[in-house]
Amino acid sequence: MCDQTFLAITFGPCDNCSQNKPLMNIYLKNEPINYCSLCVELMACQGLAKGETIHTLKAESETLKGKLEEERAKLHDVELHQVAEKIEALGQFVMKTRRTLKGHGNKVLCMDWCRDKRRIVSSSQDGKVIVWDAYTTNKEHAVTMPCTWVMACAYAPSGCAVACGGLDNKCSVYPLSLDKNENLAAKKKSVAMHTNYLSSCSFTNSDMQILTSSGDGTCALWDVESGQLLQSFHGHSADVLSLNLAPSETGNTFVSGGCDKKANVWDMRSGQNVQSFETHESDINSVKYYPSGDAFATGSDDATCRLYDLRADREVAIYSKESIIFGASSVDFSLSGRLLFAGYNDYTINVWDVLKGTRVAILFGHENRVSTVRVSPDGTAFCSGSWDNTLRIWA
Amino acid sequence: MARDMSDKEILKMELEQLKLEVNTPRIAVSTTAPEIIAFVEGKSAEDPLIRGVPEDKNPFKEKGGCIIT
Repeated sequence: MCDQTFLAITFGPCDNCSQNKPLMNIYLKNEPINYCSLCVELMACQGLAKGETIHTLKAESETLKGKLEEERAKLHDVELHQVAEKIEALGQFVMKTRRTLKGHGNKVLCMDWCRDKRRIVSSSQDGKVIVWDAYTTNKEHAVTMPCTWVMACAYAPSGCAVACGGLDNKCSVYPLSLDKNENLAAKKKSVAMHTNYLSSCSFTNSDMQILTSSGDGTCALWDVESGQLLQSFHGHSADVLSLNLAPSETGNTFVSGGCDKKANVWDMRSGQNVQSFETHESDINSVKYYPSGDAFATGSDDATCRLYDLRADREVAIYSKESIIFGASSVDFSLSGRLLFAGYNDYTINVWDVLKGTRVAILFGHENRVSTVRVSPDGTAFCSGSWDNTLRIWA
Repeated sequence: MARDMSDKEILKMELEQLKLEVNTPRIAVSTTAPEIIAFVEGKSAEDPLIRGVPEDKNPFKEKGGCIIT
């Protein structure tokens, strides 16, 4: 007796290519499929392409990055400081502390100027947010937040409200009233909700919208009245530490910098990341638009500040010295954009000539890390906040 | 949120972004640098921190003591 094994083969039109061929009866997800052997093989290969591994993605990413660098390098025909050689150098700088604002019980983490050029809001690790009059050093308002480490604070363009937030993962807006006895905390409005700490916040051109950045890697645009999320910005692969809006004449973009060493430029309306720069070697702590809106500067833990030109799509200047080894926590431009003020973790503030790339002055005075530096709206002075619990006004 | 995404998703996001960026229009530095410089030169004249402000006009400078006559 012979054992006869029969293989039953169905013959007919293939489900995929419709040709009359011997079909292989297979089951995909419990559904019977009749494909010819050629189509089965094709399908198996497609499956492999769909199952991209991290390695293939990384490889593709590297090749694209290489191509991007090539494209950018083609246009790098001259250095900014070379073109700036013919400009006269700046004279000797005499800048001193004119006012010292004392009153915070712990590290000052953030500050902002009011558009009236005289009021300042500052926030601190102890949870207090204080509004000062910089001319007289008087404290005008004080709010105690329910959380510590208030890392972000901002003054509304109208001067009638302040926004702040930190470890509470929220951004809250407090309307400021003229009545000193009124309890500001009672009128608090919670606007933004993130899933991690709030690192920075800023009002857009009106009191009605706030832009926030968070340790959860996203930035978001909120409507203040309703607390509604208007737009969210995804693209950073780590905490976002700082953001800055473009000067109003140049349109609806903002720049953000984060722990992934990237600085991204975003379109506020579409939520799209339009440009991205990754030349820093460590976390970017601070980003600031150039007054013309065509460039921005960054300060980073790698002890350098860099200037990126948006139209040339590349870094055009690095502000560093071998003697500076501590990270830059905050940067700001003077009114004309000729000077860059940067606060460092070695307790100093360095003033750089933006065009020539040289340092014009070092300012000593703080007794601990400088956490925030901001030039006043009319450019007559700048204010620095530090972990030594004080703020200093320099002019 | 970046923290909730797997490494693969983050890489995919970066890849999409890079594809967009390779095609962005760019201008040569030799064009943009002089423009930045022109902007700065134009505004330097009004920059109080560069030009300096006379003592009596600057609200932050210390005021003199009182003279009793």
